[in-house]
Amino acid sequence: MIVAEPKPIKEVAGYIKDCTKILVVGCGGCTSVCMAGGETEAEMLAASLRILRKMEGRELVTAVTTITRQCEPEFVESISSKVKEVDAVVSLGCGVGVQFLAEHYRDKWVLPALNTVFAGGTVQAGIWEERCGLCGDCILHLTGGICPVIRCAKSILNGPCGGSQNGKCEINPDTPCAWHLIYEKLSAMNRLDLILQFHPAKDWSKERSGGLRNRKREDAVL
Amino acid sequence: MKSGSNLEKVLSQGKFAVTAEIGPPKNASPEKLVQDAKILKGWVDAVNITDNQTAVVRLSSIAAGVHLAQNGVEPVVQMTCRDRNRIAMQSDLLGAYSLGIRNLLCLSGDHQKFGNHPQAKNVYDIDSIQLIDMVRGMRDDRKFLCGEEIKEHHPRYFIGAVANPFADPFEFRVLRLEKKINAGADFIQTQSIFDINRFEKFMEMVRRRGLHKKVYIIAGVTPLKSARAARFIQKRVAGMIVPDQLIERMEKAGDQKAEGIKIAVEQIQHIKTIEGVAGVHIMAINWESVVPQIVEMAGLR
Repeated sequence: MIVAEPKPIKEVAGYIKDCTKILVVGCGGCTSVCMAGGETEAEMLAASLRILRKMEGRELVTAVTTITRQCEPEFVESISSKVKEVDAVVSLGCGVGVQFLAEHYRDKWVLPALNTVFAGGTVQAGIWEERCGLCGDCILHLTGGICPVIRCAKSILNGPCGGSQNGKCEINPDTPCAWHLIYEKLSAMNRLDLILQFHPAKDWSKERSGGLRNRKREDAVL
Repeated sequence: MKSGSNLEKVLSQGKFAVTAEIGPPKNASPEKLVQDAKILKGWVDAVNITDNQTAVVRLSSIAAGVHLAQNGVEPVVQMTCRDRNRIAMQSDLLGAYSLGIRNLLCLSGDHQKFGNHPQAKNVYDIDSIQLIDMVRGMRDDRKFLCGEEIKEHHPRYFIGAVANPFADPFEFRVLRLEKKINAGADFIQTQSIFDINRFEKFMEMVRRRGLHKKVYIIAGVTPLKSARAARFIQKRVAGMIVPDQLIERMEKAGDQKAEGIKIAVEQIQHIKTIEGVAGVHIMAINWESVVPQIVEMAGLR
């Protein structure tokens, strides 16, 4: 999933300081699962913004709604009547959600309430961790299912580098060295031949360096 | 001869090579480099120029290398993968060669988190082993990384790489060294050796795989300035091992600097006896003036 975290409340309050009526939109997708932008978080954000505004001696009217996924136009369209009524929309979707709302409601100011951080998963209750670098050319079949592109701070493909000690990354003693993990996994699987192979320079044109990416599945296009 | 550099000549003649290391200044003057060149000239076979080490902005390693060469010291220009993509790196490789640089040391580079611009975006378009392969390809295959031919005046570098026998997993370090040799490394400079027993074990594994016959291994030595400095390296510097007894010896010494020099000399004398070691690399960053004394005391000149 895409993992996001709340922006500081004062930052969000600053975005809407000139508004009197806002719509706070939660997302039932990834940001709901990572407990940053679901129904509960949307209600809490609206309440907090109202309180902050009240402390300034002014009033803020908030409406709150949560849609199934902000990254799909049909769900985005489903709140059009509510959007019409407000000065601005505050989205608790990821960066994709904010943009889909802004693209759909062209005359409306759509503001982000979250910082979108990474593509990852839940490692334990309340803790999420990055796993995929979205590089567009998966090499997990060569690395024992552990991604060096995103889990190594230097994205090196022929690791581990000289800063790996006691299984930890040199930049953070709490972070496991991805290549150490790869080494252990391949060793346990009796596939160390894979780490001895030279991985040539990667083709980064398939990641964001190559420009905006899109995907088309012909048989699904209407 | 692949490059014709002095360092390559010394090593290929089977002489015990001595290299030192300089960190360029954090300003735009060649003054310190000229001073260092004067101190080191005649004492060492070549001098490494670090490439923004610990991710702190410094005068460029290529420019610094030219200053050293103009003052009679052969440079080993270090190139890291942190700050440049393959386009900029190949461009700089052509440029540096056109300025007379012949020795190149390929490294990943310290992460920017340790430097004075932790907000910087790192590049790591290619890694250190891919860099070695790229430089070798430009020299031996006369091709840019993309496969396009370098029609004339291809750069012919003497290609260096680093090995850290003190990083983990220990048993993989020799295999990674082999990867670097296969990619095209001609010589290797190791991380500073304080734990000589571990280095002995490393070299034993190197010899078992016959790697010392495929590459020149230059062992890293760093003179300790004080017990405090030793403690700092032990606790704070990633990928280094400093045994407690070494720190205790420094603590007990009346003159810690003199003791540090003495230890470095003893280490060099020990290292010289290890089969497969082709030279020493003395890394006395910010203490360059001590290098001639160590070289002389160790009987290397």
